[in-house]
Parts: sequence; C-alpha cells; structure tokens
Amino acid sequence: MAQISADNRGLRLATRYLVLGLIAVIFIFPLVFMLMSSLKPDQQLLEDTASLRAFLPVGDVSLDNYFAAFHRAPVGLFILNSVIVTGVTVALSLLACSAAAFAFVFVEWKGRNLMLSLILATLIVPFETIAIPLLLVASKLPWIGVEGVTWGWLNSYRVQIVPFIADGLTIFLFVQYFKDLPGELIEAARVEGASWGQIYRRIVMPLSGPVLATAAILKFLVMYNQYLWPLMVTQEEGYRPVMVGLQYFFQLNRAWGEIMAYLSLITVPVLAFYLYLQKAFIASIASTGVKG
Amino acid sequence: MASKFLVSNRTGWLMAGPSILLIAGFIVLPFLFAILFSFTNQRLVSPNAAEFVGFANYRQLLDVTTLTVEPERDAAGAVVMEDGAPKYPSVRSLTRNNPDRPDLNGMREWFSFGHGDSRTYVLARDVVFMKALVNTFIFVLVVAPVQGGLALGLALLINQRLRGINVFRTIYFMPVVVSIVVVSLLWRFIYDGQSGLLNNLLSALSFGAIPKVDWLGNPSTALGAIIAMSIWQAVGFYMVIWLSGLQTISPTLYEAGAIEGASKWQTFRYITWPGLRNTTVLVLIVITMQAFALFAQIDVMTGGGPLDSTQTIVFQAVERGYGKQDISGGSTISVVLFVIVLSISLIQRWLTREKS
Repeated sequence: MAQISADNRGLRLATRYLVLGLIAVIFIFPLVFMLMSSLKPDQQLLEDTASLRAFLPVGDVSLDNYFAAFHRAPVGLFILNSVIVTGVTVALSLLACSAAAFAFVFVEWKGRNLMLSLILATLIVPFETIAIPLLLVASKLPWIGVEGVTWGWLNSYRVQIVPFIADGLTIFLFVQYFKDLPGELIEAARVEGASWGQIYRRIVMPLSGPVLATAAILKFLVMYNQYLWPLMVTQEEGYRPVMVGLQYFFQLNRAWGEIMAYLSLITVPVLAFYLYLQKAFIASIASTGVKG
Repeated sequence: MASKFLVSNRTGWLMAGPSILLIAGFIVLPFLFAILFSFTNQRLVSPNAAEFVGFANYRQLLDVTTLTVEPERDAAGAVVMEDGAPKYPSVRSLTRNNPDRPDLNGMREWFSFGHGDSRTYVLARDVVFMKALVNTFIFVLVVAPVQGGLALGLALLINQRLRGINVFRTIYFMPVVVSIVVVSLLWRFIYDGQSGLLNNLLSALSFGAIPKVDWLGNPSTALGAIIAMSIWQAVGFYMVIWLSGLQTISPTLYEAGAIEGASKWQTFRYITWPGLRNTTVLVLIVITMQAFALFAQIDVMTGGGPLDSTQTIVFQAVERGYGKQDISGGSTISVVLFVIVLSISLIQRWLTREKS
C-alpha cells in the first residue's frame, strides 16, 4: 500500500511539473525565437520557422546581424539616448517624489491635505488622455539654455524627462512607506536638534532602501519601454530612444535577421537585469497592489 | 517634547513644491487643456488663432442616427428586386442635399439591418471612430475577465509549495518586463500568413488539414490575434498582484477549513475568493484602464487595419492629434476616453462595493 501511494505521489508531482513546464514554454518561446533568429541569415531564419529549428542555434550561426544592425542605424546613439533619458528621469523622480512624500507625511503645512488628494486624483488620468494636449504644451514651452531663451521643447532630452519626474503613483508608494516608519526615530532626531534636511538625508533615506528599489524599478520599466510619447516628440533621430529607433529597420529593404538582432540588443539587458533582481522586480509590482 | 510633525509652511512647500509644480504643469494643465481644446478648432501649428466652436467636435465625433427606408417600387407597386434581394435607394442619395433631413448631410453608413421589407441604416458622422469605439470595448470586455481569470489561475498554481516554483514564477512574469513594442514585433512572426509560427504549428498538429490564415491581415481574426497577444504579455503582472493578495489571507482560515473537511473548491469559494475582494477590484480597474489605452500593439502590428477592424480610441486620438496635427480632434477623443474610463471605474467600484 505504502509503495503505491508513494508512486502516486510521484506521478502527481510529475504532472504538476509538466503543467508548470508547458505553461513556461508558452511564455518563453517568442523570446527564444528572437535570440536564435538574431544569429541566422534571413533566408534560413524564414525557412526555420517551419520546424523546431526556429528555437535552436543551428545552421549558419553568426553575429553578422548584430554588426549589420549597427551599420544600418545609429544603434549606439539610440541606446545612449535611452540610457540618458531613463537614468536621469529615475534619479530625479526618486529625489522629487521622496521629498514630496516626506513633506506630506512628516511636515504640517497649509494646503497639505488638499495637495495630496489632488496628486492622488491624477492616478485615474491615463497618460494617453493627456498625451495630445501635452504635445501642444511641450511644443510651446520656453527653455533657457546657452543660446538664450528658446521656445518649444520638441526634439530634446528634456521633453522626454521633465514631464515624467513627478507622478502620483511614485509619491503614493513613498507616502505609504514613510507612514510605516517608526515616528520615535524622527522625534528623537528632533530632540537632538537635527534640521529637517538632515532628518530626510540621514534618517529617512537610509531606511528607504526597499521603497527606493520599488519606485526605481517601476519608473525604469515605464521609461525604458515608453513608445507613444517619444514617437511624437522626437522627429529628429538625434534624440530618439531605442523603441522609436526601431522604425529605422522598417524603411527600405527589410532584413528580419537585423531586426531580431536589434530587438535582442535592446531586450537582453533588461531581461538580464530582471533575472538578476527578480525578487525585487516582483516585490515592486506586488507592492503596488497590496495597499491599493 | 518634540512631535513627529514639524509645523512649517515653508519646509512643506519647499519639499513638495517641485513635485506639485511638475504634476500641475504636465498632468493637470494638459488635462484641463484637453477639455478646453475639445471646444475649439486648435491645431498644432496654425497661422490663425483657435476659435471657440462649442460642441461641434463632439457632434462631429459622436453623432449617430438611424434611417429606415422602404425598398424601391416599380410603377405597379411591386418591390424592385436586384440579385434576388429588394433594391433600396442608395444611402448617399438620402443623406446628400435631402431637403427633408438636412441633419443627415455628411453622415455615412455604419451598418444596416433589414426587417420585413424595409431596411434600417445606422448612420454615423465619424464611422471610423465608431468602429474604434466598438473595437476598444470588445478588447476591454474580453481582456478584463480572461486576463484577470488566467492571472488568478496562474497565481493559484504558483502559490503551492514546490521545489523550484520560483523559477516558473520568474518565467511567467518575463514578458512583462519586455517592451510591448518588441513583443508586438515578435508576434508578427507568430501570426504571419506565410511562414508564421502559429500557422506552422497548427498545420503540423493537424497534418496539414488546417489551412494557413493571415491572422493580422484578415478583418475577422486581426483583433482576436491582438487580444490573445496582449493577454499573454501582461498576464504575469496581474498574477503577481493576485499572489500578493493570496498572501494576505490568514493561514489560520485555511487550517480551520481543513479541520472542517472543506473540499478544494469549498476552500476556494469560501476562504480564498472572499479574501481576494480588494485585490479583485484593483486587478479589474487596472486591467480596464490599461486595456482602454490600447495603442502600441495596433501601431506596430496593424496600423488600425485591415478595413479598420483594429482601430482603437487611442490610436484614433494619436492619428488625429499627432498625425493630422488636429489637436482639437485628438483632445475631443481624449476627453471621451477619460469620461469612459472614469465612469467604468466608478461603476466597477459601485458593483464591488462593501455590502453592509
């Protein structure tokens, strides 16, 4: 009897893993196809889609598509643009939103509740509904730079960065986190005569690792993968990020191998980053849900 | 005794000020502008100042009416037949310069249906937008329950104690971190009419019995194909939100259930599901908001075609506001979208409210 039930258990366990594995295949096969195809010449790439060879590094495998992609388009520039826009926005966003949340949680000031409710109310405004008027606003804004006052923000880094520094969700995440910090720590620091700038820098920020990671990851994903906005505001290639740079590969003669190489190039770093920090990634998504 | 709070207007405004200014300037102001522009004829670049036009943009966008016509009859009063069906006067002849119905001028046929001898035409001033509206609603109505349900299924599957379960969780979540633009391009290969992976798989499984389908090029399959891909891409996101909801349910409830001898279904029905109330509301609202914003998939995969079968609200807003530089037209669509999203999330909240 014991023997049979042990076998049964083994079978049930195997079935569970089989189900989990089959589902995993559904989620991963397009990515495997992308990576493998990026290594193959166009002709073979298309022929291979007829069999499982599509998912295997077989046949005439080389990095030629990657070199060709760099040759065809300013890939390095697109990547640099994405890194600058994403990096600067994430950094400024963490700074501005954490400072705002600090003011909302720890400081008593006129207008505090009203401002916080207004900011949280913006959570129900999808970006897509303000993109068109924002385009007009951005095309008319002034900027003071080395060449004096200029009008219109289109085709620049700032038009991709400044509108996304502060947002309701990031401020909300910081507010929730700060509310749970022990108030005694702050009281003690106040007794010892610390200034509010010092409390923010020396006490609250060092305790905010988890929420900083969450906010950074969410902002990173949104900014790096952004498409609609940069598509509208970067008509010149000089400021285009990677997702918009993709258009380059659809002009003139289309080479699928090069497209796959480019897609791999812009996706693999994010996937690697995700696999390396997957616990933090998943925790950050989860934290948007728990308290909402 | 120092308190946790500092009472200082200066510190408060100084620290929150930058964020408040940015949100006011780049979210609230454009939002108010959207409403304002929708009542004008504002263009992105124009030599003339914008003029106030009242509700003209909304009328242009949303005007829908019906027109019932009798079939044409010959001198003897018999119905004129054409190709075995009654012949009706052409819609164009009735909408153009019709002295009885001047309001029909400029309207086009959206769809029609027959009843008895007569035929009713549903006319719209902006047929493409009507199609976009319907497609977006179909998308939301399919994606919200299916994606939410599948995500819950995956969450329950992942929530078991099994060696290596985290590996599966990591894989299921993977498409979420990949840009929707990249995903859409990859799926063009899967859906390709000639050498697409889906066609090859189906024909291999059926030994060639299933004919090849151009999934994205066929008006009857294109929207379905985009729906399937969109569900696939983001289901892992909602799986994680369900998972965090599952973990808030107290284990003692499950222990109590086990002692009472509850079946698996009973455990789910009476412990898990009620415990997920708030998560359900959140998941539904977030999926709905995301689904109404459908744009990148369309732009990369179909451009709204074939035959407008994948037009969506946001795609139309961008095509007009950016493509045709018609800021007022795009803004009007944006306001319509906002009103829809707001009403639906209010309805969802009301339907799932705490019953006391």
